[in-house]
Amino acid sequence: MAALTPISRKPLSFVLPTAAAAGGGFGLFLGTGNGSGLIGVLLGAAVIAAIAYGFIVVIKNEGLAKWISIVGFAFVGYIYSGVALAITAGLIGMFYHWLIYWLYEGRYRAKLLPYLTPGQVAWHYGFRCIAGVIFIFLITPILVIIPLSFNAQDFFTYTPGMLRLDPDAYSLKHYQDFFTNNEWQRSMKNSLIIAPFATIISVSLGTLAAVGLSQSHMPFKGTIMAILISPMIVPLIISATGMFFFYSDLGNFMENTLGMSKNFAGYIKVILAHAVLGIPFVIITVTATLVGFDQSLTRAAANMGAGPLTTFFRIQMPLILPGVISGGLFAFITSFDEVVVVLFVGSAGQKTLPWQMFTGLREQISPTILAVATILVVVSICLLTVVELLRRRSERLRGMSPA
Amino acid sequence: MKLTKTLLATTALTVAAGMVNADGHMSSELTIVSWGGAYSASQKGAYHDPYAEANGVTIINDDSSAEAVAKLRAMSEADNVTWDVVDVVAADAIRLCDEGLAMEIDADTMLADAPDGTKASEDFGDLLVSDCFIPQIVYSTTFGYRTDLVGDTAPTTVCAVFDTDAYPGKRALEKRPINNMEWALLCDGVAKGDVYDVLATQEGQDKALAKLDTIKDDVIWWSAGADTPQLLADGEVIMGSTYNGRLFAAIEEQKLPVAMLWDAQVFDLDGWIIPTGLSPERQARALDYIMFATDTQRLADQAQYISYGPARKSSAPLVGKHISLGIDMAPHMPTDPNNAKNTFLYNYEFWADYRDDIDAKFQAWLAK
Repeated sequence: MAALTPISRKPLSFVLPTAAAAGGGFGLFLGTGNGSGLIGVLLGAAVIAAIAYGFIVVIKNEGLAKWISIVGFAFVGYIYSGVALAITAGLIGMFYHWLIYWLYEGRYRAKLLPYLTPGQVAWHYGFRCIAGVIFIFLITPILVIIPLSFNAQDFFTYTPGMLRLDPDAYSLKHYQDFFTNNEWQRSMKNSLIIAPFATIISVSLGTLAAVGLSQSHMPFKGTIMAILISPMIVPLIISATGMFFFYSDLGNFMENTLGMSKNFAGYIKVILAHAVLGIPFVIITVTATLVGFDQSLTRAAANMGAGPLTTFFRIQMPLILPGVISGGLFAFITSFDEVVVVLFVGSAGQKTLPWQMFTGLREQISPTILAVATILVVVSICLLTVVELLRRRSERLRGMSPA
Repeated sequence: MKLTKTLLATTALTVAAGMVNADGHMSSELTIVSWGGAYSASQKGAYHDPYAEANGVTIINDDSSAEAVAKLRAMSEADNVTWDVVDVVAADAIRLCDEGLAMEIDADTMLADAPDGTKASEDFGDLLVSDCFIPQIVYSTTFGYRTDLVGDTAPTTVCAVFDTDAYPGKRALEKRPINNMEWALLCDGVAKGDVYDVLATQEGQDKALAKLDTIKDDVIWWSAGADTPQLLADGEVIMGSTYNGRLFAAIEEQKLPVAMLWDAQVFDLDGWIIPTGLSPERQARALDYIMFATDTQRLADQAQYISYGPARKSSAPLVGKHISLGIDMAPHMPTDPNNAKNTFLYNYEFWADYRDDIDAKFQAWLAK
């Protein structure tokens, strides 16, 4: 984008305090890590302000200052802890060099509209900083486990070797444990049996309910909707306690009267329980898609001689399919991530992945859990990407632009 | 409905009576509940795999021992007991036995004799603390410390935990009064023999809490056995209590710079119970498994995997080397004479009587 506003150099009285504030923010991290946040803030602010002064007043050459900054930071990082930190510190040096000249040369103003007041400019960047901080707050707990899952030790600890990027401190043994250990494989298998069946049941029942509830002549719509949605609202532990007693009787009936094996009856119990948890998600997403569905299409189909079933499968279903699929994905993830209900309703033969992770976390803090978590994070990201793509497609079909 | 139940019960009884010697009437699946982690792995190596191979049985592990009492209550209430054999600590076994949730075991007829013909009741001896309990291991709760963080003089007594001048830094203690109260009194000058007499009194309990109060700011409280090794690995604590097997794994398998402080270690027992309310086939299978898994050789075999002492006297001489590390296991047993110079045995009667009272006081003190 071309520059909107002509830029001019800014006075030191503006550059130094702003750069110092940015330095203080970084100093807060380092300082807290080393004992005192306050000292960190002050030191960080002082160091960055001093560097900015040096660059602008003493060196006066942007290209030279860049290399001084990168090499200087990298050198300090190397002395402090080795190659890994040197690379990180070099990048930090690059950033602060960029920041100082960005402020000094007034480049931050270039791409903004000329008539903005200084307050509006400050808010423009302040808003982005706040958004970035919130993003870090949300994503760090997830990202921090990923390197840990390659730990060569059996603890949730970044060893000194890991921080030095020593290849010996990393290993794939926790992934190997996951793929070779019977308990993990059994629970993986159970999750992959239970979640799809629960999803199929939730999707069928949930879609039917949503289609029924969208009819204009349906009485007690609100009440029925509330009851169907309730598994999502009632605290899980309460549903789980109720389900435990309900499914115990059902299980006894299936085993003793119908003569099913204990294991088979166990799967049916858990699948049904998870289907109940998944149905609200399907109802909500399908109802939302049905809002945009033009009911005159069904009347037109009926007019041309199609029965209700044909109309549903040939006309309505293709149009609401994105809603059905995203509801199904939510139902799948609900069942795949669920630990409370399965702990109550299932027996050890139906142990799912989250159950295995839960007991593993309590009894033995093994990084295999982190390896599994990493795999699940990747799978979840893939599933959510699919949901998002479907949502955009459905909005495009309805003539809206993706928000 | 009632008639069907009676009929079923009668049939069950008849079947049970008819199958005392019949091997074919045992179920082919066995759900075993244990603690998970390295401990379950040791049981798998020493008991489950050999048993499953010899008998063609599928063994399913459920790592739910931590909530065994609550879950067994709920299962029995719902008339749907899904567990066949449950690994619990002795205190839980006593509770389950009192509530009728665990079946009584006659050691001499239901458990194997020692190889020299000694009866099981004699071989287990004092460790048969309840009629329903089949002891398996002796473990201890003791301290480990970071050798690189405690300074030049390594701690030698449990009172180092209370000495924040000589050993500054955080300590990890279990979030319950048991053991902590005893150690506090011991380090407050109470003689070992008098600890429980003192702890039975109001003043004694206050005295123990006052002693704990002196280090309260330096304590990180743990609730799962895996916490302390993790805290030691992080260097977040310089010393901490946990089960000796966990410390063994941290020292010998993970090579952490940690050493054991065996002083005033507290012995406790862990073993099996069989829930009541099993079908005759499942009960027969559970009993058959127990007979196999608690014989002299099998108990000694478990010590190849984890540093817990076998509960039978006759197993002790058979304890060999660690299966993968190849080191002698005997010196790592809590019962080894070098480690057991100063020990406590978990006082079941005392804690059964005072647990609720002292728990309430302890929790109130924690929250202060």
